[in-house]
Amino acid sequence: MPLTGTAEGPVWRRRTSGRQWAIWSAWLAGTALFVACWQVISASTTWFFVTDSPRVIADIGSRMVPPAWGYLGKLWEPMWDTINIATLGTLLAIVMAVPVAFLAARNTTPSALVVRPIALLIIVSSRSINSLIWALLLVSIMGPGVLAGIIAIALRSIGFIAKLLYEAIEEIDRSQVEAVTAAGAGRGQVMAYGIVPQIMPAFAGIAVFRWDINIRESTVLGLVGAGGIGLQLQSSLNILAWPQVTVILLLIVATVLVSEWVSATVRHKII
Amino acid sequence: MAAASPIPALRPWTGRPIIADRRLRWTLGIAFALYLAAAIGTIEADWVRIWEGLDRGWAFVAAFSNPDFVTRWRDISEGLLESLTMTVVSTAIGIAISIPIALGAARNLAPLPVYYLCRGIITISRSFQEIIVAILFVAMFGFGPFAGVLTLSFATIGFLAKLLAEDIEDIDRSQAEAVRATGGSWMQWLNYGIQPQVMPRLIGLSLYRLDINFRESAVVGIVGAGGIGATLNTAFDRYEFDTAAAILIIIIAIVMIAEYASGIIRARVQ
Amino acid sequence: MLVLEGLTKRYKTGDLALDHVDLEVPKGQVLALIGPSGAGKSTLIRCINRLVEPTEGKVVLNGETISRLGSGGLRRARRRMGMIFQEYALVERLSVMENVLSGRLGYVGFWQSWFRRFPPKDIENAYRLLERVGLEQFYDKRADELSGGQRQRVGIARALIQDPELLLVDEPTASLDPKTSRQIMRLIRELCAERGLAAIINIHDVALAQQFVERIVGLRQGKMVYDGPPDGLTPEVLTEIYGEEDWQATRKKGGEERAADAIVEDDERLAGAL
Repeated sequence: MPLTGTAEGPVWRRRTSGRQWAIWSAWLAGTALFVACWQVISASTTWFFVTDSPRVIADIGSRMVPPAWGYLGKLWEPMWDTINIATLGTLLAIVMAVPVAFLAARNTTPSALVVRPIALLIIVSSRSINSLIWALLLVSIMGPGVLAGIIAIALRSIGFIAKLLYEAIEEIDRSQVEAVTAAGAGRGQVMAYGIVPQIMPAFAGIAVFRWDINIRESTVLGLVGAGGIGLQLQSSLNILAWPQVTVILLLIVATVLVSEWVSATVRHKII
Repeated sequence: MAAASPIPALRPWTGRPIIADRRLRWTLGIAFALYLAAAIGTIEADWVRIWEGLDRGWAFVAAFSNPDFVTRWRDISEGLLESLTMTVVSTAIGIAISIPIALGAARNLAPLPVYYLCRGIITISRSFQEIIVAILFVAMFGFGPFAGVLTLSFATIGFLAKLLAEDIEDIDRSQAEAVRATGGSWMQWLNYGIQPQVMPRLIGLSLYRLDINFRESAVVGIVGAGGIGATLNTAFDRYEFDTAAAILIIIIAIVMIAEYASGIIRARVQ
Repeated sequence: MLVLEGLTKRYKTGDLALDHVDLEVPKGQVLALIGPSGAGKSTLIRCINRLVEPTEGKVVLNGETISRLGSGGLRRARRRMGMIFQEYALVERLSVMENVLSGRLGYVGFWQSWFRRFPPKDIENAYRLLERVGLEQFYDKRADELSGGQRQRVGIARALIQDPELLLVDEPTASLDPKTSRQIMRLIRELCAERGLAAIINIHDVALAQQFVERIVGLRQGKMVYDGPPDGLTPEVLTEIYGEEDWQATRKKGGEERAADAIVEDDERLAGAL
């Protein structure tokens, strides 16, 4: 009881003392965990570099300006590649994610015991592994290039799109499906008339949202050889050409902001 | 059908296209097809190399049925420990910094200059991919998990502060007004009027970010910012697919456990 | 025409929703199914077109045992039974025309329906039905732009375009105001008369049922407890169906409304013309 009797009469507290103790010990455990983790990191950090960092930051900062604007001319083609990787990767992901989503949704899966767990495993595997790791793997398998980047983006996006889409499918209004079924529609027609119109806005929103994220992700794929502007970033960093790095970073920020604007506008129009 | 009197002229109907204007529809369709052709045209695929790579691809798939946890267990366990500690530390720091920034970025709480400042911080954090930030931090603070922690904390701010600020902007105004009407101070108002409304969401988002930070901690190692990414990178470079498979299986398993656990916790705080 | 023999449904949870129901509906008869919530009314009509799979018993439509059909046969059987729903169950994001034409899905192939290439005769029919239910100018509107009464009219047109012999009507008026409820019930009644359709109407409102149908079947906990004319619903019978309550008021109200309805009808016609 939050009310406890004392010499001066009953006192109200927000929580019972047992609960209060539990909360305090949770905080204590959390702090202890944080400190322990920090010590692990601290042990493998060279503190000299960290204490030296203000000087390094000032140094890099002074070398980053003025940006080498002339370098911009060489960046259009890798940027075009970057955008293609994101767009084609998203399209490829959509093609693969839609069937997976229908197999994973409780109300459309052909078998909840066998097929659904497999679909869910595909989704969680795809989601757990960053597109850069997929790219590492694909570059090691099929050699460097844009194609590896596209497939890496697609493999990472399947899980994202399929997860959000199957949640949308599970939330549909069942009575509309029932009505179409009652008219004698076949399996395909029930999907086309009863389910697809209901999930269409969610689907379009998800696809555009993922495309926006993929633009961001594809800017770094070049670091591991999977095409796009990351390749230029990598080589500029290797030769410590900081003015070029500035230009690349600014171009990336500009592209990301534009893609975010496009995605926000499209999603706004749909909803 | 009930006997219809002689049908005069059949009225047509051909569905309702998404884009009503016929010319716009065709223009957009053709433009998209042209773009697709151009984009696919620029893919330079070295089919011989890919054909040769298929064996390796198959070896990788096969490695999943026979992952090797043992040979490089020392590297794997060290990398994993580093990843997990980085996740915990960076999430905690990220949350601690995100909360004041979220308060500043909520239009219904903050004065305009503070609002713009906080929104600016969020935008900067969101526009750079984690890897790029990690590269810069590695250049500034040296190799190792410290740069990784900074990277993930920085990325957490953009994510958490933005979503939390939006949630604060969406709160039920009447509840907050009622608290203000009692004559409490600004801090009391936050504590009684705002905090109870956004707390479940804050916990949910934090758990989600913990999950994301773990996944990201597995890649910042590729550019030298600590964690299991370095081990994974080495495994791929040496074509040790069985070790790589073991690492990926561990990552997937941890993400699954984290997702399951956060589902339970979120259900309890709702 | 429709015969139910020993129809039983036990849900997985163990609830017995229908308990050996025997019922025969001749051609052209409009029948109301009344009973308290959870009596199995919805389950009964869903067992007829097998949206719910019956556990035991037979459903026979024109000599064909529906409960034994395979999926193709079931589709063909469903074409002969139009269904009208409580919450209209229109596909909200499709246009009125698409919703009406979705009643023809059992007759056309998948790609034909995907590209919205329905036979011209179906389209002409859809226009006529929309005229009949008074919505001809709304054909290009999206279903979620309509009012409740309008949506239910679209639902009726969708059921009728199937060219059915039997209408299965599930609480058609539960989401409508009293006046619209009467208009919808009258419309269903008239259309059944025009086309010689039989109909089974689930309905909560006893007075409304008495007013518009010629036969009433009462269900209680999955069992048939009354089958007879509307006038036979004495307080004793209603108590048997629904349990103890003061039933005099309901019956009187039913009678008064029937008298008053003739006057209201003219007003509604006028309102409908506006």
